[in-house]
Amino acid sequence: MNYNVTKKGYYGTFGGAYIPEMLYPNVENLRQNYLKVMAEPDFKAEFDQLLKDYVGRPSPLYFAKRLSEKYNTKVYLKREDLNHTGAHKVNNTIGQILMAKKLGKKRIIAETGAGQHGVATATVCALMGMDCVVYMGEIDIARQAPNVARMKMLGAEVRPALSGSKTLKDATNEAIRDWINNPVDTHYIIGSAIGPHPYPDMVTRFQSVISEEIKWQLKEKEGRENPDYVVACIGGGSNAAGTYYHFLHEEEVGIIAVEAAGKGINSGESAATSALGKEGVIHGCKTLLMQTNDGQITEPYSISAGLDYPGVGPLHAHLYKTGRGEFYSATDDEAMQSGLELTKLEGIIPAIESSHALAIFKHKTFKPDDVVVLSLSGRGDKDLDNYIKYFNL
Amino acid sequence: MNRINKKMQEDKKLLSLYFTAGYPELNNTVKIIEDLEANGVDMIEIGLPFSDPLADGPTIQNSSTIALKNGMTTNLLFKQLKDIRKTVSIPLIVMGYFNPMLQYGVEDFCKKCSEIGIDGLIMPDLPLAVYQDEYEAIFKKYNLKNIFLITPQTSNERIKQIDEASDAFIYMVSSASVTGSKSGFGDEQTAYFKRIASMQLKNPQIVGFGINNNETFTQATEDAKGAIIGSAFIKHLTENGVDTIKEFVQEIR
Repeated sequence: MNYNVTKKGYYGTFGGAYIPEMLYPNVENLRQNYLKVMAEPDFKAEFDQLLKDYVGRPSPLYFAKRLSEKYNTKVYLKREDLNHTGAHKVNNTIGQILMAKKLGKKRIIAETGAGQHGVATATVCALMGMDCVVYMGEIDIARQAPNVARMKMLGAEVRPALSGSKTLKDATNEAIRDWINNPVDTHYIIGSAIGPHPYPDMVTRFQSVISEEIKWQLKEKEGRENPDYVVACIGGGSNAAGTYYHFLHEEEVGIIAVEAAGKGINSGESAATSALGKEGVIHGCKTLLMQTNDGQITEPYSISAGLDYPGVGPLHAHLYKTGRGEFYSATDDEAMQSGLELTKLEGIIPAIESSHALAIFKHKTFKPDDVVVLSLSGRGDKDLDNYIKYFNL
Repeated sequence: MNRINKKMQEDKKLLSLYFTAGYPELNNTVKIIEDLEANGVDMIEIGLPFSDPLADGPTIQNSSTIALKNGMTTNLLFKQLKDIRKTVSIPLIVMGYFNPMLQYGVEDFCKKCSEIGIDGLIMPDLPLAVYQDEYEAIFKKYNLKNIFLITPQTSNERIKQIDEASDAFIYMVSSASVTGSKSGFGDEQTAYFKRIASMQLKNPQIVGFGINNNETFTQATEDAKGAIIGSAFIKHLTENGVDTIKEFVQEIR
């Protein structure tokens, strides 16, 4: 089975570029050039150097001793939470801003939900001195005020998405509309492994540094490159894609995805796309998405703004459909308890997104000698308000 | 012969209007179509509303949201249009986004359109390559014309491909924008209109986006075969209601 993208931009039956003609010149230009640019020695050198000196990579692979004892298995945490700006998102924005420069673009647009991708984009725009507009749902602007302030400090303009549900899905629509209106000088930095081809593949490749490092780090610690399992949370799925990438074709490595079940899969307030979604087209790609029988896209719900997306990246839809990935979902409650548990056991406050991945231990029992690598995609600073409210701290 | 092809042969500049089915009221569909024909409109795009219309500006987004809230569905639209060919003879095109069509079933959707007497489809997010690989045979089987868009940024080479793949007209987007965002045409548009005219394409071109009055209609159709008005018509319906279609059309012509 092949898990890489095909020449036409598909993972099995998922992917493609379902875009209006207005976007075709930009997306086609990117499609024709992204692999070539990424292979250029000066591009690679600059990307690697920024990841090292600016982001702080490699991020540690940390053996979580007390968590391992509690669940009677060997758990390693891939510490993406220690990256500059506090999450894995910056791996991709560094790559894409360098790509935008190579393509001669002067202006950057992005969408954001919780604000993490917006902050990561505003950060690299400040670094490169480029204009930056971030679209964010009006509701998210209100509930993620610190990140809005960060983006403003970094010089970005934050534009509210006023349409639809006024959250991530609508911010993405607005960013796409901006790109239609500004087809010449603008590059759209998509934050997740979604969108029209080549975005899912490009974002996955920029994030694949995560699994590349896991391989050599695990070799140092365990004497082998391949763990028994890699675990990640999935909204659109960029951190998961990067965590899985170099293990996709290593059949002995189990791939585990944890989605956000919200208040329960059948509660009507959930974001568990693999369980609730059907094949359809959203934001330029064919994938699994939550929708009505009539093909109208429905609103997801999760306590975690980063997992609050009605679709899932086409790679993940393919992993689900082929059975290559094991898909689980964690409720708000399970995630919050798992986040608190990690804090108490290891002294690490995780982002609520990552807390969903940690909830895997409530759903699956691993063997004592299993090596489980879990991607800790972000830190919990941005979620303190949520933790305070939830636990009455 | 398909009604669109026949209409393109008429010796006049064509006026085509877009409206969102289910807006302002759920059951306005048939009345709007009949009134448009009665007032001399040449062709109609019936908008099937979608929750996430990413090529549309606020006016059509808003009409789509309200239409869906009113209860519009693919099935209901087909039901409303069931007897439309008893009263209306101008070309009718269904315009929407691909996902609702995909969920209905592409073949079932085409079959239903053909039974009703729909002449063509505009699905902006169904790209040329996917159409040709997967769906062209189905469209042809039901004698439905697929209308493609071109923009000022579309390369000549691709315009030729689109011309080759088309058999009705080419929807010429006047400027780089979503619907309803710009009005009036500058030198850049005029140059683009001339450039396309000079390409001597086999399909006539109908200009859309940015047309909202007699002046822009005249400018747009100087070289092109006709023009499409969408957002300006929706705005008119919002402000003046569905009984004033005559006034709107008269102002354009």
